[in-house]
Amino acid sequence: MDYLLIQMLNGVQLGLLMFLLAAGLTLTFGIMDLVNLAHGSLYMMGAYLAWTLIGWTDSFVWGALLALPATFLLGVIVEAVVMRRLYARDHLDQVLATFGLILFFNELVRAVWGPAGKSIAVPLFLSHTVEILPGVPYPAYRFAIIVVGALVALFLAWLVARTRLGMLIRAGASNRRMIAALGVNIELLFSLVFGLGAVFAGLAGLMAAPISSVKIGMGDDILILAFVIIVIGGIGSIKGAFVAAMVVGQIDIVGRAFLPDLLKTFMSTATASSAAPAISQVLVYIVMAGVLVWRPTGLFGQRT
Amino acid sequence: MTEPLLTTRRLVKRFGGLLATDSVSIDVRPGEIHALIGPNGAGKTTLVSQITGNLAPDSGAIHFAGRDITRLPTHARVQLGLARSFQITSVFREFTAIQNVAIAILAHAGHSFRFLGDVRKDRALRDPAWHGLAAVGLDQRGGVLASALSHGEQRQLEIAMALAGDPKLLLLDEPMAGMGAEESQAMIGFLRALKGKRAMLLIEHDMDAVFQLADRITVLVYGRAIASGTPEEIRANPEVRQAYLGEEVA
Amino acid sequence: MMGSLLASLRTPRGFVTVMLLLVFVVLPALTEAFDERYLLSVGTRIVIWSIAAVSLNMILGYGGLVSFGHAVFFGIGGYAVGILSASGVQSGWLQWPVAIAASALWAAIVGALSLRTRGVYFIMITLAFAQLVYYVSAGLAAYGGDDGLNISRSRFPDLIDLRDKASFYWLCLFLLCATLWFCSRFANSRFGAVLRGTKSNELRMTALGFPVFRYRLVGFVIAGAFGGLAGVLLANEGAYISPAMMSWVKSGDLIVMVVLGGMGTLFGPIYGAIAFFALEESLKPLMDLGHKGWGEYWQIVFGPMLVLVALYAKGGIDSLLGRHHD
Repeated sequence: MDYLLIQMLNGVQLGLLMFLLAAGLTLTFGIMDLVNLAHGSLYMMGAYLAWTLIGWTDSFVWGALLALPATFLLGVIVEAVVMRRLYARDHLDQVLATFGLILFFNELVRAVWGPAGKSIAVPLFLSHTVEILPGVPYPAYRFAIIVVGALVALFLAWLVARTRLGMLIRAGASNRRMIAALGVNIELLFSLVFGLGAVFAGLAGLMAAPISSVKIGMGDDILILAFVIIVIGGIGSIKGAFVAAMVVGQIDIVGRAFLPDLLKTFMSTATASSAAPAISQVLVYIVMAGVLVWRPTGLFGQRT
Repeated sequence: MTEPLLTTRRLVKRFGGLLATDSVSIDVRPGEIHALIGPNGAGKTTLVSQITGNLAPDSGAIHFAGRDITRLPTHARVQLGLARSFQITSVFREFTAIQNVAIAILAHAGHSFRFLGDVRKDRALRDPAWHGLAAVGLDQRGGVLASALSHGEQRQLEIAMALAGDPKLLLLDEPMAGMGAEESQAMIGFLRALKGKRAMLLIEHDMDAVFQLADRITVLVYGRAIASGTPEEIRANPEVRQAYLGEEVA
Repeated sequence: MMGSLLASLRTPRGFVTVMLLLVFVVLPALTEAFDERYLLSVGTRIVIWSIAAVSLNMILGYGGLVSFGHAVFFGIGGYAVGILSASGVQSGWLQWPVAIAASALWAAIVGALSLRTRGVYFIMITLAFAQLVYYVSAGLAAYGGDDGLNISRSRFPDLIDLRDKASFYWLCLFLLCATLWFCSRFANSRFGAVLRGTKSNELRMTALGFPVFRYRLVGFVIAGAFGGLAGVLLANEGAYISPAMMSWVKSGDLIVMVVLGGMGTLFGPIYGAIAFFALEESLKPLMDLGHKGWGEYWQIVFGPMLVLVALYAKGGIDSLLGRHHD
């Protein structure tokens, strides 16, 4: 029972990280109609910048806090140099250009930080455990990820539902031409939204660093999972991204945690433990296929 | 009285709170031109989209040539003989005029799962395609890319494509849109020559054209058919005059 | 015949095409003469990737469907050969048709699900399904899991020995020519005309009465089958299969080749494949000239080049050779 609860919390924690990544992606899809494969590169850059800045400041918190504006700046630069020229292009051009950006960033990281992975230590003040229920300890750092992730999700919900920027974002997701007609400074809006997405991606990358590792291409696999999430949730929908991220987080973790035992009942231990992660990955894609057969534009997507 | 070719019975379509089609029942008889008029936002395009199968009605039924087609996909309706032209010119811009008509003919030549024969040398397509172009007076322009044709010529090409399958009913969505006076007059002449041979459901803003061509007219306002009858009856209908014609024809 | 060949030499496109053919034909002799066996295996890989790029071009170039998972057919074709070979079935006469049929079948399943969607959804779903197969293959512990598996090459007794590099090269070249021949007929057939029509204006094709979904699905299956053929060859080239054959980066590389060479043109994908490998092989030494050791990071230059191609090079290499004459 306790084991199940802990695994479910791990699922929530993974789901929230994925949501941070998916949120920026779904916003740029929804508003700018941009397929940004390089979003995962911002996740990676967030982690690497944090690694360097933590080294300089000798403090996890300061390093992380400095890494966020740095990824924002990086996002704004990438937007101004490349993305801005892609909004009016077809999806194929966007795929090609942002694929080129991935190659560039992966190679840049290899040249600057070297081919070996880096690790960021869990900060000392979060290296203990907290009792989530009496007698059930849970790592404080993972708990902190859940808290920060939930706060960001709430912030986004507030931003989209209650602010002028959020109104423009919602209007843009449903009708792009309309926001232009409203006399809004589109360039500034797009640049801001892209920067915001970059910050969330960077935040997810640097928070994930202490529990996984900082390595080249770390953003690529998780990016595809984030794509699956926004496809399930419906492109442009923050709410959809959140729901889908939670579902995918649970499938992934619970699959990894419980499938081996289940599989061991009818196959050898070695086979079961190598097949289980594959099967839980596959489950995610099967859920996606099922959702799309049922609703071709995702759970909360715009119907046409 | 002949059996109608197309009938809609109490069609309803809602978009959220908006009732875009409010229990509309119309019919088109073989060989007649039935015009659908109404101010902008009256729901003409929504109604046409349901007839073509691009939108599914919330309730009601559509019959065509003796069959219930309410749930049939678009391409199957076309195969039964229900062709359309588009409000916004919709030709294959990177194909030549003759290729545009040829591909329209291909749609009715059974299936096209043939992978090897060269379509450019296919006499079964070329000959009728030239024929179709000649029928709309474009045979001199067959080798020109559709994107290089004038606006009026593109509209003519559209009609040639819609006619390619020898349809029983032609849905014409504002065929005169964006045309100059001279081009419009030519199109009216062409449609008049077709009259009697094919049934047409004509959606048009140009009232001159409508009253010159139509056998019957249905007036749509706020999704509802407020009147239906001959041009004379429509002209005389006080409700229509007030709701619609008041500003435009009087 | 000879006359028209000579006439085609006078146009830039004809000249390049004939020269290309010539280079492909004399390559084995050249590498033999200069004792550069490595170049023959690069040449073989270019030919195999060309087959895959031509097959992707059938749906991407002619059909306008941005499939971002085409490398999955490398994997399915390759794993079909590898799994059969590991289970004792060595005959190519059995392995190859099974591999191609498996690829076609997977294409039918993925196509039936993904072609219901449009735009970004389609791109992502084809990518996701490719990832699904990738993870499944990585979980196949019996076939090497993540590390892959060394396999023995397909056997065609009394016909050809695939272990001989030159014979294998000729076989691949022959299959590329066959694929090209099919593609040229395909593009101008009734089916090809319908597929190009759906790319140009899907709504209009539906309004004309074409069941667009069915045509796209058949196109998708054909492209998948030829992609599977390329996978069969790739597995035999290295006598090795691994999940990396179908990593999503390979799918991206295939798109790059098609777009770089010229979408919807017959030879474009081949120009693209050659340019891709040539860039890789030349950027490394060029950058090493600037500073020893920089060559290792050639993708720092290659990545931005792709951005520039996407932004400014509409039509790809093929369009540099002048307009097409119909």
